[in-house]
Amino acid sequence: MSYFSEIYSGVKSLLTGMSVTGKYFFVNLFTRKDVITQQYPDNIDTLKMFDRFRGEVIMYHNENNEHKCDACTLCEKACPNGSIEIIGDKKVNPESGKSQRYLVKHIYHLEMCTMCGLCIEACPQDAIIWGQDFHHVQYDRSKLTKVLNKPGSKMMSKSKAK
Amino acid sequence: MTADIFTEIHEFLLGFMSESATHITELILIAVAYLGIFAILGLFLVWLERRVAGFFQLRLGPNRVGPAGLFQTIADALKLVSKELTGTVKADKQLYKIAPYFVITTALMSMSLIPFSQEIQAFDINIGLFFIISVSSIGVLGVFLAGWASNNKYSLLGGMRTGIQMISYELSIGMSIVTMVVLAGTLQISEIVELQKNGWFIFTGHIPAIIAFMIFMIAGTAESNRTPFDLVEAESELGAGFHTEYSGMRFAYYFLAEFVNMFIIAAIAVVLFFGGWLSPFGITDAIPFAGLFWFGLKVMLVIFIFMWFRWTFPRLRIDQLLTLEWKYLLPINMVNIVFMALMVWLGLTF
Ligand code: SF4
Ligand code: SF4
Repeated sequence: MSYFSEIYSGVKSLLTGMSVTGKYFFVNLFTRKDVITQQYPDNIDTLKMFDRFRGEVIMYHNENNEHKCDACTLCEKACPNGSIEIIGDKKVNPESGKSQRYLVKHIYHLEMCTMCGLCIEACPQDAIIWGQDFHHVQYDRSKLTKVLNKPGSKMMSKSKAK
Repeated sequence: MTADIFTEIHEFLLGFMSESATHITELILIAVAYLGIFAILGLFLVWLERRVAGFFQLRLGPNRVGPAGLFQTIADALKLVSKELTGTVKADKQLYKIAPYFVITTALMSMSLIPFSQEIQAFDINIGLFFIISVSSIGVLGVFLAGWASNNKYSLLGGMRTGIQMISYELSIGMSIVTMVVLAGTLQISEIVELQKNGWFIFTGHIPAIIAFMIFMIAGTAESNRTPFDLVEAESELGAGFHTEYSGMRFAYYFLAEFVNMFIIAAIAVVLFFGGWLSPFGITDAIPFAGLFWFGLKVMLVIFIFMWFRWTFPRLRIDQLLTLEWKYLLPINMVNIVFMALMVWLGLTF
């Protein structure tokens, strides 16, 4: 008797599956409501990426054009393919009177980056974060080499960074 | 009953040619027309498949080339035409080259029996259904040869699986057709359609006809090598299966033939169960060539069901495939034939 009950349950489960996919098909055929396709070049201006999207590495700047990077070069060492170069220098901090490293240029090669995220995990100051910009098309690869700290920016004082 | 346009062409050709020359010219014209139908149908079905697949999977499918992406497959075909025909060094060259033509030729031969409408059927013999079944079994040879001649283990495995699958499921498809032939009492396709003037066989044959239809759909999916029975070209296991080594136009032949085969299976289903080119309740029987519309509509619906299967069910394993055929479909089919014969004998069909 299990022979016939097997046929019955088999047919029933197949029909259940077909009803699920069939619903998808007809809903999308008539309303396009659930369609997840992005018509990419057409909607560059309106397309918003979700928060966890890895578009590029950027450096966080607050409203006073200050960043948190202290040029420790941990991100440079963490990067498996050498996409980051840190140029830092030393100067005397007027408050404490000690000499301190500061960031001159945080150079980021987007064209080599694999979006692995190791640099962001390595950064002890959380100075670099993910940006959601996805539209990186360029005709010249040198345009993809970016300086992440904005011109004229300086480091936040430690107390503010907290 | 021939349509006027065909007699007109006939008269026109007779006007400046001898009887036999006219005959040959007409044969050539029909062959060219069918090749055209073959190509257009194949391209259209590939587009339809991709589009339907898109909607099933919450995507859009091809929508850039031409209105609604209609010309996408033409662009693809042009690309394939321009590609180099490569082959493996140790392939059996002769077999490797002719294998695709087996598939194409058999598909074309079966297509000649499809009644597109009351007026359009190239070849109407009294053993029509039998002819289709026997010719389409030759198509297996093309796939099998391709697998063998490529000298590639994936191709060979794909070819062997085809052999197993096609030979097993040919039985089911044949027996479900026989079930309907018991009801119809003829093998001639035009006559089978005529007999359904008073009601399509799926209604007049009721229970056994519906069972036969379900078996036909399952076996037909297997016959045309479509998912869930696509072990032949199981991408994750065998690369592309029997046509792994084929490129360019030769690959396109297989690809198109696969879709045309699906069309043929759907057309047979429509002829056997849904009254071919007959309109529902005979509403447009008086209009010439209206049959074309109804036939097309019904075939497209059946093809849609095939696509629905494809984008819903996961692939079967080879042992599951054989279990399904030999332990389920075949016994059910045999009982069903006897059931149908009893029905006809006792006059329980409408
Ligand atoms: S995301 Fe990975 S590859 Fe890119 S810069 Fe950071 S560490 Fe290097
Ligand atoms: S971005 Fe972070 S890890 Fe890299 S140098 Fe600056 S502080 Fe150090």
